[in-house]
Amino acid sequence: MDGSSAHGRDDLISRRGLLRLGAVAAGGAAASGLLSACGSGGGGSGGGGSGGGGSLVFLSDQLSTTDETAAMRSKILSGFTGAGVSFTSFSDTTQFIDQVIAQAKAGTGTLDLIGGLQGDFVALEAQIPLRDMSDVISELKDRNFPAAYLELAKIKGAYRFVPWITATYLMAASKQALPYLPSGADVNTLTYDQLLAWGQALNKAKGQQLIGFPASPTGLIKRFFQGYLYPSFTGGLNTQFKGAAAVGMWQYFKQLWAVTNPQSPTYAMMDEPLLSGEVWVAWDHAVRLSNALQQQPDNFVVFPAPSGPKGLGYEPVLGGLAIPTTSKHVTQAKSLISYLTLQQTQTTMLNAESWFPPVGANALPSGLAPGVSAEAKAIDATTGALNALASQLPIGLGAQSATYDKVFVDTFTAIALNGAPIPSTLAAEATTLQSVLQQAGAACWKPDPASAGVCQVG
Amino acid sequence: MKARAFGKYAGAVILAVWVLFPMYLLTVGAFSTQSGVYQFPKSLWPDWSTGTMSFFWDSEGVPAALGRSVIVAAITVALSMLIGTPAGYAIARYRFRGKSAYQLSIVSTRAFPVVVLSIPLAVFFLQWGIYDTVWAVALMHTALVLPFVVLITTSVLAGVPVDLEEAAQVFGTSRLGAFWRVVVPLALPGLAAAASFAVLMSYNEVFAASILTIERPTLPALVLNALSASPDPYKFAAAWLLMIPTFVFIFIMRRYILGFGVERRL
Amino acid sequence: MSGATSASVPAGLQPALPPPVRRRRPVLAPYILLAPSVVYLVVFFIVPLLQGLRLAFTGENGQWGLATVHQLVNDPGFWSSVWNTLIMLAIILPVQLVLALAMSLLVNAKLRGSGFWFYIYMLPLGISDLTSGIIWYSVFTQQGWLNSVLQDFGIIHTPFIWLSYQHQLLIIATIVVAEAWRSTSIIVIILVGGLRAIPREYSEAADVFYASPWQKLWHVTLPLLRPTLRTALILRTVLAFEVFATVIALAGSSLSVLATKANNAYTQYQEPHLAAAYGVLIMLLSLLSTGLFLIMLPVRTDQAS
Repeated sequence: MDGSSAHGRDDLISRRGLLRLGAVAAGGAAASGLLSACGSGGGGSGGGGSGGGGSLVFLSDQLSTTDETAAMRSKILSGFTGAGVSFTSFSDTTQFIDQVIAQAKAGTGTLDLIGGLQGDFVALEAQIPLRDMSDVISELKDRNFPAAYLELAKIKGAYRFVPWITATYLMAASKQALPYLPSGADVNTLTYDQLLAWGQALNKAKGQQLIGFPASPTGLIKRFFQGYLYPSFTGGLNTQFKGAAAVGMWQYFKQLWAVTNPQSPTYAMMDEPLLSGEVWVAWDHAVRLSNALQQQPDNFVVFPAPSGPKGLGYEPVLGGLAIPTTSKHVTQAKSLISYLTLQQTQTTMLNAESWFPPVGANALPSGLAPGVSAEAKAIDATTGALNALASQLPIGLGAQSATYDKVFVDTFTAIALNGAPIPSTLAAEATTLQSVLQQAGAACWKPDPASAGVCQVG
Repeated sequence: MKARAFGKYAGAVILAVWVLFPMYLLTVGAFSTQSGVYQFPKSLWPDWSTGTMSFFWDSEGVPAALGRSVIVAAITVALSMLIGTPAGYAIARYRFRGKSAYQLSIVSTRAFPVVVLSIPLAVFFLQWGIYDTVWAVALMHTALVLPFVVLITTSVLAGVPVDLEEAAQVFGTSRLGAFWRVVVPLALPGLAAAASFAVLMSYNEVFAASILTIERPTLPALVLNALSASPDPYKFAAAWLLMIPTFVFIFIMRRYILGFGVERRL
Repeated sequence: MSGATSASVPAGLQPALPPPVRRRRPVLAPYILLAPSVVYLVVFFIVPLLQGLRLAFTGENGQWGLATVHQLVNDPGFWSSVWNTLIMLAIILPVQLVLALAMSLLVNAKLRGSGFWFYIYMLPLGISDLTSGIIWYSVFTQQGWLNSVLQDFGIIHTPFIWLSYQHQLLIIATIVVAEAWRSTSIIVIILVGGLRAIPREYSEAADVFYASPWQKLWHVTLPLLRPTLRTALILRTVLAFEVFATVIALAGSSLSVLATKANNAYTQYQEPHLAAAYGVLIMLLSLLSTGLFLIMLPVRTDQAS
């Protein structure tokens, strides 16, 4: 089903020559015997469709699970008629970034299309020049990409990727938890106080801590603090990092953490603990909840994140497509991008992969699979809420974006896991935060008010 | 005496259960229905089902990746034994300047986490044009495995008394002949152990393999890349699939290592 | 040992041995034998390693200095990761040694079907640390095998959370169990190889003096096993500093060891300088412990002289 047609490599002969000279210390006969076995395509079949003129290599750090990759190949890429596409996905973002950087630095490579998150492209642009994608964007004018996303696609003065997929973070709960909601609470319009009361009621009734957060090293709990708690409690992010409202927010979180499953530091994705029953109420990335919804759609509800004193803070996720500077099949890559951003393809994407098209919330098609439509409803409820506070994705952090995240993870570890006193921890981490922002030269972004110079941590 | 023998057998059985039981648990996880995996309390005798396993086998080029892993392991063991055994002999037999330095440094190369060495190596292989091939992975694996091959062959060869070599040389063979005809047969179990170790380390190695391949991954790189983001049933199926070829390999090598038919009495 | 044979032959009947030539020939042989391995490792390891070292000792601005070292020492959780690494090593090594000795002695002990036992004990060799992490996580997780069995037997009524961040020692215990299960086989193989190389005469000599099995073990077998034990210890220690997949699987963010810190610094926080600094520290500690073992367990090499 998947066979990459990587047979036609021109450098085959020089590769053999190099290898004979260089690294093979084994007996010459044995070595050349093995060489000819391997070189002529013993390594030939990997993933991807069969090609006409050539095969495009498409690398991404999204859609990396078994099901997602399989669906990508069989349902989405199979419909592309321009060339064969070999799709590979690394679940590890740094690996993905390393690959792209390595090929760019070597000046030669195999990749034709890369699909990553907005933050990945920002990190890449800090290290290697990315191809200017403005030509593709103007060719795709009829896709009607929202201006906000195009704004995010601009890095260092030019468009570096084409908006491809979006998602956001939601909450999900097992239906057996619903009876324990505090009276008068509607799961679709929860406040954080109600969430806490819910967790405490569950704890009292069941003797277990049944809330869950993805707090493992690869989990996304950092986004919870950046895009959800901070805006909802303080109305800001960096400028409110250590203020009085922030202290109150962390005190709230400590209480919530007390009714959270203490195994949370091992959870990378919340669909597993939800399915196994270790957790009854969870917050996570929409895609990381979808498996639970699809496996047992009758057992789970999905709903928007709660709102706090300052509103319903939430953070959208944006993924994009770009062509590496070293690609040898630019025209075909462009047509692949065009294909992937077609509305039909995006609908298939939504149904198969739970990633949403980068269009306004109202433009979603009908006839979606149950888990997906439930998520679509929840996303609609989030973005359409009267008190919604959309966070921008961080702009201008460049290579510092992961270090920036580390500040929040360290703060969480200190306060929740190690029981450190809140004010002093915030003060200490605030200095780190300031130096990160200083080094990146980043101005403030929503929900903080725009700043003239480097964002000042408050 | 009987009690002692019984004690030994009991001990052997207990240790065997300790080793096998977790593997059985993995087998249960790999061959349950998806809902069986999530139930609690889990049942030690599940609803047996091959659904997850066959989906996994049919997807993602699993057979091809398995083939690649085998090829990589074969190249790795050939290269590392060829390069490493002479070094082991040198350390075992000679006293020379730089010996301790060599021993320390060869082990210390392994002490640096592979994940940090990845970019320089990827660039290196790209420029050599062997990126994303079994050769790139095998060359890297040889480097990873070499220190241990040297270490093990040193201790194995040191355990073969030098008198035997000298005796052979008295009767006219060259040094190399003495090595080949006397030392190697005696050291064969230990050398086979070193070779098996090389094969298994190469087979299970994932990080270097994932950095150095995109379209043509080895089975661990392919499987483990998708594993960490996949639901539990696939994790179990993949891990099981990864495990079984090694059992076959160890079965083949076990006789060799035990040295059946090699008379050890001196 | 080599003097014993010639003493039994009367002087006049000894064959005329050629004079030892080695003393006159310059000893190039060892260097030639070592050369391929040195060249190989220089090309495939030393060069990237040097680049890694450069990363560790240059700051973000590219200037040489100890800024990264400073960052390392002040990294939150640094000291606890050092502590955890050493504790784990201190517990894992003896546990595994005892387990491996038991297994290898049993295999060597002429039991019926010793080949079968050996095969079984070697099986975990085929299991990578990521697979082992999956298996043992499924055992220790809240709705996992351990709690299932305990609940079925009525020992507990609600699942116990073995992997709670509040019970760090318990998590360490689970990691020790997982690692002891997974990587003892390597030591067993090495020990069996060593045991097999011990000539039977030694054991028979001990039997002549009615030595008990324990005495035989302690006074005869173990001393003769010294080179093998040393190899096994060094191997296991260096590997132990590197393993992090098991720790990540069972502990997540609850506790860290140096290897997980290095890995996270690189993969999660994209800080290659910090990761390289952790790498250098790991390397130094490995070197230190290797040196310690080499000193504490000196081995007389059978030399060609």
